[in-house]
Amino acid sequence: MRETLSLPPGFDPVTGRFGRFGGRFVAETLVPALDELTQAFFQAWSDPKFHAELDLRLRDYVGRETPLYHAERLSEAVGAQVWLKREDLAHTGAHKVNNTVGQVLLAKRMGKTRVIAETGAGQHGVATATACALFGLPCEVFMGAEDVRRQAPNVKRMELLGAKVHAVQSGSRTLKDAMNEALRDWVTNVETTYYCVGSAAGPHPYPLIVRELQAVVGREAREQCLAQHGKLPDAVLACVGGGSNAIGIFAGFLLDEVDLVGVEAAGEGLEGKHAAPLNAGKAGVLHGALSYLLQTPDGQIGEAHSISAGLDYPGVGPEHSYLLEKKRARYVAATDAEALAAFQQLTRLEGIIPALESAHAVAACGPVAESLRARGVTDPTLLVCLSGRGDKDLDTALELIGAQDGGAH
Amino acid sequence: MGRIAEAMARAESEDRAALIIYLCGGDPSLAATPALIQAAAEGGADIVELGVPFSDPTADGPAIQKASERALAGGATMAGLLAVVEQVRAAGCEVPILLFGYYNPILAMGEAALCERAAKAGVDGLLVVDLPLEEAPPLREQSAHAGLDWVPLVAPTTGLDRAEAIGATATGFVYSVSMTGVTGSAATNLASAADRAAELAKATGQRIAVGFGIREAADAAVVAAQAAGVVVGSAVVRTIEREGEDAAPAVRDQVAALAAGCRR
Repeated sequence: MRETLSLPPGFDPVTGRFGRFGGRFVAETLVPALDELTQAFFQAWSDPKFHAELDLRLRDYVGRETPLYHAERLSEAVGAQVWLKREDLAHTGAHKVNNTVGQVLLAKRMGKTRVIAETGAGQHGVATATACALFGLPCEVFMGAEDVRRQAPNVKRMELLGAKVHAVQSGSRTLKDAMNEALRDWVTNVETTYYCVGSAAGPHPYPLIVRELQAVVGREAREQCLAQHGKLPDAVLACVGGGSNAIGIFAGFLLDEVDLVGVEAAGEGLEGKHAAPLNAGKAGVLHGALSYLLQTPDGQIGEAHSISAGLDYPGVGPEHSYLLEKKRARYVAATDAEALAAFQQLTRLEGIIPALESAHAVAACGPVAESLRARGVTDPTLLVCLSGRGDKDLDTALELIGAQDGGAH
Repeated sequence: MGRIAEAMARAESEDRAALIIYLCGGDPSLAATPALIQAAAEGGADIVELGVPFSDPTADGPAIQKASERALAGGATMAGLLAVVEQVRAAGCEVPILLFGYYNPILAMGEAALCERAAKAGVDGLLVVDLPLEEAPPLREQSAHAGLDWVPLVAPTTGLDRAEAIGATATGFVYSVSMTGVTGSAATNLASAADRAAELAKATGQRIAVGFGIREAADAAVVAAQAAGVVVGSAVVRTIEREGEDAAPAVRDQVAALAAGCRR
């Protein structure tokens, strides 16, 4: 079905750029490793045996395809037909596993003997540790100390899966710093180690690899929309931190006349502390790629803030910057409070506890439906990527809900 | 010939490796930095690498990470560092200064503006850690236009063909990273790094300076046997961390000891 890679719109495989974004801004030590990875990826992607194994694992291990679910009570509440792409039902509870099963397969194919990863919410760390358990490779995960605290259940899961978790104490002690530390490990152990990047970010070829591995979400969703509803949605919504679930689901609809809406984390509000570089940042270079970025006028990286550890990142994958500048996608933002309200809303109306990350996309349903109606679309249909489940967020969410209720808990 | 190439040639004519000292600009403060540059020069540094602190120094180990954090907390900026260079030049210090750092602060000021302002302040060249061969042309062009030297990096993972292409872009010297790792790591095998320098010199036709993992005079001596230059960073940064605002005399002594190690 996809034995040869059809390159994404705007992508130049020579420079590794989507339009002007992306590239490879790394220490020289890593350039040959990235060349080797690029070559291995293109070879694997044109090998039917690689796809046969990947597809089998995705079906029997991950549990694909994930359902498309018409959330009727939520639909009524937001005034639009809402279809949820249930990535929360994938093995390990989030879309992250689509990427890690593919990348760890690639690592094995390349003969690497050790896998490292960075993680924010811990979902990518868990998914990497899971794939490493499956394929029998040792795994080490870098996680900001602040995230170790607020996502404790995922730390336990990673350790149970046999991974070593390093709590990163530098900088803001979140995802950005975890990625810094993973890069430092990789530059040191580059000969033996595969760096499994979790988002569609980082230096070329990672944004390409991750988007291709996540594109299964969009491919399935598009077919399901047609099969179950006989039409495409009016808009596709997904939360955007680094942006891997969003680029995965967008990939299925790039060539259709469908609104693509990324939802960034507005944190305390776009005037205050937030994690919304596409809404309120400026192009710059972080972690190997040119993309939108929170930064000071002097070019120091700004500190991000979000209630959701998975969105708490000052940068974003380069393809999103490209889609923004090309006006093929638009990017809105939901605050911590709005995400928390959506978290409760989806739980009460549908019996689905979403990850706080995914709750940002749910929070945008109302405003996006309204904008579609204002454009004359009657009874709009929204496809929402429900990228993960919320078990990992219960402590954080209950504490905040308790505080809102005046300490009723 | 620029001041950087002159310094490399002078060391060679005196049968020693050039000593290149890294300082993190603004650590412990912008006010203390001019004295530290002068102390390095007085101790015998042939070239000073003036580090521009960055919030996310992914190629650096803990010593330089912490120095960068101290410098940024103390208010160091690109403009502030260029003012430091101006001040050093006004005081009559002629040691060649290589501005050393990450790409984003340069991009934020604007490549052309940075090069022009740096040259005007008295900077001699640029070294940008996260700007490999393929991404370097726009900045390199502005750098050349402003009359600045360009110092690229080669790594242990760089093949000789690629090293040759990188060497062709160098003016001044090529910086050879001694190991796969971050700055300040313990050296694994400096003798093989010295062999590699000889191999790279042949392949590129350029002078090769070796850095990463060189801490004391004995380390410098191993590398100086075959390399045109020896770079020391974290070891000096640790001295500054220990001595604080009054680090200049200790830095001068440390650099003098390292300089002795560079004589063949």
